[in-house]
Amino acid sequence: MRHIITHYGYSDGSGDYYITIDTDKCNGCGKCVKQCPQSALQLETMLIDLEDKTAASVTEEHRKKIKYTCSSCKPESSNAPCVLACEPKAIKCTWNPH
Amino acid sequence: MKEPSTIKDEVEFWRWREYHRVVQGKKWTSKDIITAGVDVGSVSSKAAIMINGEAYSWGITRTGSNSPESAKKALDWALEGTGLKLSDFKYIVGTGYGRVNVPMANKAVTEIACHAKGANYIWGPSVRTVLDVGGQDIKAIRSDETGRVVSFLMNDKCAAGTGRGMEVFADLLKIPIEEIGEISLKVDQEPPPVSCTCVAFAKTEAMGLFRKGWSKEKVLAAYTRAMAVRMANLIDRVGLEKELVITGGQSKNIGIASRIEVILGVKCLPMPNWRENGLDPMIAGALGAALFAKALYEKAQKS
Repeated sequence: MRHIITHYGYSDGSGDYYITIDTDKCNGCGKCVKQCPQSALQLETMLIDLEDKTAASVTEEHRKKIKYTCSSCKPESSNAPCVLACEPKAIKCTWNPH
Repeated sequence: MKEPSTIKDEVEFWRWREYHRVVQGKKWTSKDIITAGVDVGSVSSKAAIMINGEAYSWGITRTGSNSPESAKKALDWALEGTGLKLSDFKYIVGTGYGRVNVPMANKAVTEIACHAKGANYIWGPSVRTVLDVGGQDIKAIRSDETGRVVSFLMNDKCAAGTGRGMEVFADLLKIPIEEIGEISLKVDQEPPPVSCTCVAFAKTEAMGLFRKGWSKEKVLAAYTRAMAVRMANLIDRVGLEKELVITGGQSKNIGIASRIEVILGVKCLPMPNWRENGLDPMIAGALGAALFAKALYEKAQKS
């Protein structure tokens, strides 16, 4: 299987903050979207190998402030609700505050 | 009527050249698969027209406040001198920041997929890492030999270290944007990078450096260095694999490209000679979109 790994987020002076979604593992079930207390996730249609595929993504609005949006879920513990909700294990969090 | 001279004398240092081009020696017939890609970015809008999957013409213009109009302006410009009209297109794909607002497009495709595809078209199958430095964001994309995306990272937190940031700096230093790369290299020794690429803070820091007696060139070198460090970090995160190429408006900034090469210890593939007859790395996304348009049209014909 050929994967597409999408990193949403950023590194700034204070650390690295990314939600990483494997769009091939993601089955588009939307459970993570329902579990996210900040409504930071959405289902998005993407063209992959000329087929439309529905996969989870971080909303445009939250990509720029993910450090603040996601901090209450303590993503560094890898027990964030989105990560736990994902059965195919398509979501990962990278949280490295300096 | 004469224009007031004050307006005429005002130099806009940030302003880059908008232009269009038709590839010489190519002809089209109604039997050809004619497709277009329209890439509406935050700062520039690009349209590319392809005949049977080969670049034929393009137009690059500044994005206005209205995405549909910017898309139309870019496409109209790409059409100029080709004899083509809108109805000759078999398929049009919209991409970029404003992709959902491209009225003539049959479909919207994310710019990530389009940039990887377009870079593969411009430089060939050896491309594995694409750094796209756009007007308001930086993307690091890993792709395979077919131009398919494997992994990507988009840093769109703010305009720090992007094309728009460079425009602001060009205005501050009163250096035309198209010369900014060369001038940033006119230092005997590379100064330490400014501590923050944030445009607002960097401006303040630059003023402080001027007071310390730094030259324009040195201040610019310090800012460009900081941008290059930030871009190199992004590439590190997706994982650098050769060959590396740079697309987007800042691909034309030699000060950025040469510093990234030093920081990462690899050479980028050489830039096509876009000033004469080469493809412009700014239209990578539009070219990729036009290629997807062709593939989607052919797929629709088969089914």
